[in-house]
Amino acid sequence: MDDLYREVIIDRSANPMYKGKLDPHDITFEDENPLCGDVIRVDLRVDEENRITEAAFDGHGCAISQASADLLMESIIGKDLESIKSLTKQDILDNLGIELGAVRLKCALLSLKALKAGVYGLSKSNDDLVEGNE
Amino acid sequence: MTSLNPIEIRKDFPILHQEVHPGKPLVYLDSTATTQKPVSVLDSMDDYYRKSNANIHRGVYTIAEEATALYEGAREKVANFIGARKSREVIFTRNATESINLVAYSWGRTNLNRGDLVILTEMEHHANLVPWQMLAAEKGLRLEFIPVTDNGLLDLEEYPRLLDLSPKLVAFTHMSNVLGTITPAKEITNAAHDAGALVLIDGAQSVPHFPVNIHEIDADFLVFSAHKMCGPTGVGVLYGRESILDEMPPFQGGGDMIKKVHLRSFVPNDLPHKFEAGTPAIAEVIGLGAAIDYLNQFGMDAIQKYEHEIINYALRKLSAVVGVKVYGPDAQQKGAVASFSLAGVHPHDVAQILDSEGIAVRAGHHCAMPLHERFLLDATTRASFYIYSTLDEVDKLVEGLEKVKKVFRV
Repeated sequence: MDDLYREVIIDRSANPMYKGKLDPHDITFEDENPLCGDVIRVDLRVDEENRITEAAFDGHGCAISQASADLLMESIIGKDLESIKSLTKQDILDNLGIELGAVRLKCALLSLKALKAGVYGLSKSNDDLVEGNE
Repeated sequence: MTSLNPIEIRKDFPILHQEVHPGKPLVYLDSTATTQKPVSVLDSMDDYYRKSNANIHRGVYTIAEEATALYEGAREKVANFIGARKSREVIFTRNATESINLVAYSWGRTNLNRGDLVILTEMEHHANLVPWQMLAAEKGLRLEFIPVTDNGLLDLEEYPRLLDLSPKLVAFTHMSNVLGTITPAKEITNAAHDAGALVLIDGAQSVPHFPVNIHEIDADFLVFSAHKMCGPTGVGVLYGRESILDEMPPFQGGGDMIKKVHLRSFVPNDLPHKFEAGTPAIAEVIGLGAAIDYLNQFGMDAIQKYEHEIINYALRKLSAVVGVKVYGPDAQQKGAVASFSLAGVHPHDVAQILDSEGIAVRAGHHCAMPLHERFLLDATTRASFYIYSTLDEVDKLVEGLEKVKKVFRV
């Protein structure tokens, strides 16, 4: 259980590298976890070839949600927008290097949910965005 | 009045005798969410299913009579427990939430009209906010709120000004599930009645923890849940003043709530059955009866006294932890609930690390988002106590918080 708070999670939540807002941005989406009040906004800039050039997240939440968002932003820079659609829960867990129970999984997946909803251009997010591809 | 012995009491609760992780016994500090259940409650429900299971109020055969007697016997126990003079003033629902929804749907829809005012408070559980918001949207009602002071008390200087607006209903919690604040129910109720309003009291946190006498607090409606007082989930109580319940239309339609049914009309049943459509949670109601028997062997005065001792100790120990801030009034004015923040660590992370020590606390807004907004908080960590909680468990909580601080280097 102590593995949950691996060095990388404590560090990334305390000193995130991709936290803030991008203004202007090409894609933005804000999502929240009503269970715990966590809020995460994801901003992206993309080039003419739909490649992500910059990514940032903003908001507040627990260490898991913050570290997960920061690692996710880092992992998508330089990627094609289309490839974001195939990111799954497992990618997030691989980033964090931990296993999570159902409740904390929601914290970890919030940033991916916001990211995918933004990339798909949805007005509302839903859990299917991150639950699929098991 | 004998004083309570939690070590002896713990023997009655099988769930407390387990390790949640190797070498980490369960330290259950979430009794405000739901309490654990003693063997006598579990046995009462098991016995019912093994020996007396039959539907109630209809069968003439022996076990149906037994089941009916057990179910109605529990109603008597509830009535006695809160000092209600008539057991038909006790309605069984699914939980306190459904009890409030019943009042909003039946009494509220019949008696409240466009522009009518309902007074609530800023420290309500969502269960005593959302039903009124829904009704307000449907009927065009006005909602006003008794503010909460910085030290977590109801602002009773503002209350008379709200009463001047001629409310039809004042609905408030008897004890905050976040701050633990015990509200002056009798005072609030008397003033509401003087202003011509009816009163609903959310007793979900008061009835399980200290003596509540319906005639002393004089509420027109009192709601509470079995599962927060050693009983099972799935049963709540609505106490209503008989004269008011009599005038209210039924809530849900179906079997048992009728006297007569024709193809195009029905005649509702008498109290309390008018409000109990369909087969109720029979085993669980019987379990609630057993829970009341269990609590009565100690007496609610002794329970209140013990909980006061433990919250006193908990507040003292918690406030000595650097970085911890406890919300709400001091121990004199609150029940056994401590919601707190730990500087630099999100409550979810606090709760997660405490869990690794076997300590079960709650993290979040505890179904009281407006109250958290009032204190500019996204979430808090909450430790709450009951008759089986020990001072030793408070110490374990404090040790756990020191571990949290170490992990997060705060």
